[in-house]
Amino acid sequence: MKKEILKIQNLTKTYTSGLIRAKETIAVKNASFKLYSGEILSLVGESGSGKTTIANLILRFIQPTEGEIFYEGKEIHDIPTKDYYLNVQGIFQDPYSSFNYFYRIDHMLNQVFRYSLKGITNKRKALESALSIVGLNTDDILGRFPHQISGGQLQRVLIARALLFKPKLIIADEPTSMIDSSSRADILNLFKELKEGTTNTEGISIIFISHDIGQAQYISERVLIMKEGSIVEQGLTEEVFLNPDHPYTKNLLACCPSIYRKWELD
Amino acid sequence: MTEEVIKIEDLKGYYRGSFGIVHAVDGVSLSVNKGDIMGIAGESGCGKTTLAELITGRPIKLLQHEGGQVYVNDLSMYGVDEEVIRKEILCKVMGYVPQASQNSLNPVKKIRNFILDAMRERVGTKPKNKEKVLNQVAEHFKKLGLEKSVMDKYPHELSGGMKQRVVIGISTLWNPLILILDEPTSALDVTTQQLLIETFTHLKKIGIVETILFISHDIPVLAQICNTCVIMYAGRIVEKASMDDIINNPQHPYTKMLMCSIACFNPDGSAETKLEGIPGIPPDLKSPPKGCRFYPRCSSRLEKCKENYPPFFISRTESIPVACWLYEEVGD
Repeated sequence: MKKEILKIQNLTKTYTSGLIRAKETIAVKNASFKLYSGEILSLVGESGSGKTTIANLILRFIQPTEGEIFYEGKEIHDIPTKDYYLNVQGIFQDPYSSFNYFYRIDHMLNQVFRYSLKGITNKRKALESALSIVGLNTDDILGRFPHQISGGQLQRVLIARALLFKPKLIIADEPTSMIDSSSRADILNLFKELKEGTTNTEGISIIFISHDIGQAQYISERVLIMKEGSIVEQGLTEEVFLNPDHPYTKNLLACCPSIYRKWELD
Repeated sequence: MTEEVIKIEDLKGYYRGSFGIVHAVDGVSLSVNKGDIMGIAGESGCGKTTLAELITGRPIKLLQHEGGQVYVNDLSMYGVDEEVIRKEILCKVMGYVPQASQNSLNPVKKIRNFILDAMRERVGTKPKNKEKVLNQVAEHFKKLGLEKSVMDKYPHELSGGMKQRVVIGISTLWNPLILILDEPTSALDVTTQQLLIETFTHLKKIGIVETILFISHDIPVLAQICNTCVIMYAGRIVEKASMDDIINNPQHPYTKMLMCSIACFNPDGSAETKLEGIPGIPPDLKSPPKGCRFYPRCSSRLEKCKENYPPFFISRTESIPVACWLYEEVGD
């Protein structure tokens, strides 16, 4: 029986704009789902469906309007900030803007050690092992500036940064959308490997947020389909993508371009 | 009888600046036949957009035309005056929708005023009977699936797909028979993407455009609309084939590896095959390698690939032009 790692209950987030005639925008509406240890869950939806808002809520960047998020049975806002981020880490869409271009890449990775030294005695060795997990060569990365390496490599450095914390849960918010298709496959495979874990390390649970249905199908065991802030369908990837229930999912899948079929265009 | 509408001969375009010389398009030859919908695919930085800029004959400032010719309906784009291209060819013979052009709509002007502006720029004078002209434009927009009320809106009131339709509508006002689309669907949701692609086929069906050059990095999207496709790598074309052959029967090692790296939705079940990325990164186009540009990343490279750039060989089995030494003997 798999352990429940994250539980989200009736989560709602509304943004209010304006003072006198306040206008409310509902970003996430009454979302509930669970994440089990050692699985990849995909959040799929079109732009504006609230995918990133859910990521930001889980990462505690914003406060929920209603509802609760439990990490290993505890409400996340009751967990001390530092403890929480040692277990839950994020990877974001734009690897280029996550770096300070005045500093070498080492600088960002070394900042991790100021925050946490969980089980780390030799910093250089920790860096080497984290970089080798993501398939990078230490000599190619350390000592370089961010503009000297490619976007795919930068994204992998950011994954290595997250791994230095030895997290149990990674929230990956559109991690591949700014990366070339040739390195995209490597990143997807890397997530699959991280989920499996190795003999020494436990597998990491991943919430994979994407608008790309093909990637979600490739990477995840379970999938959530979101529309305008609500979860319209959730279930095992194969079931949802082969026999969608909800009309929105059916429409979404019918519109998805694929090399395996052609649309009937008039 | 096929008729060539665009013919490109050994086209070269380099970016020159304080950063050095970037060989963005370096010897591209291509011909597009009337009625084709041709896809141009490749990784970012392979020269797709630069090629489109060069075809329209008015490269942006840093980009310089270094050699080769582009013939549009037998008229040489680099042999005539810029004014002629501007007045006679762009929009009238060839429409060009640049990348992210939906963002070029003026935010403080209503769409109708923006259109009048664009028309004045094209025709030279303001149209005398505004209402009549705008009614004609509205008729045209209807064919693209836009309501007349769009004309009285500001750009921020429109959705991304509608904005894209507006700019496509403006570039097809004069019925250009050739339409060049640079990443028209990349910032849009899948449902909007499909509607837009339906619009393109509709435009072709009713005869507003005949030939489409569709630039995109998204091969599944290209597969829906294109009948032929060229694959570019590091400023050069590596393979020209029909869309079906590119997908089911790729010849060039790069095309093969590219097809293996795409995570594509499979409606018949989960994608069981493991994806494989392409190791390494594309070459720095400031100093491109002497031999085959894919040599450092290629898994089936030969000794001679390092020194000599391969010409196009025709693979005997498929009769597809492929720029790869592996097909040398087959072609003889």
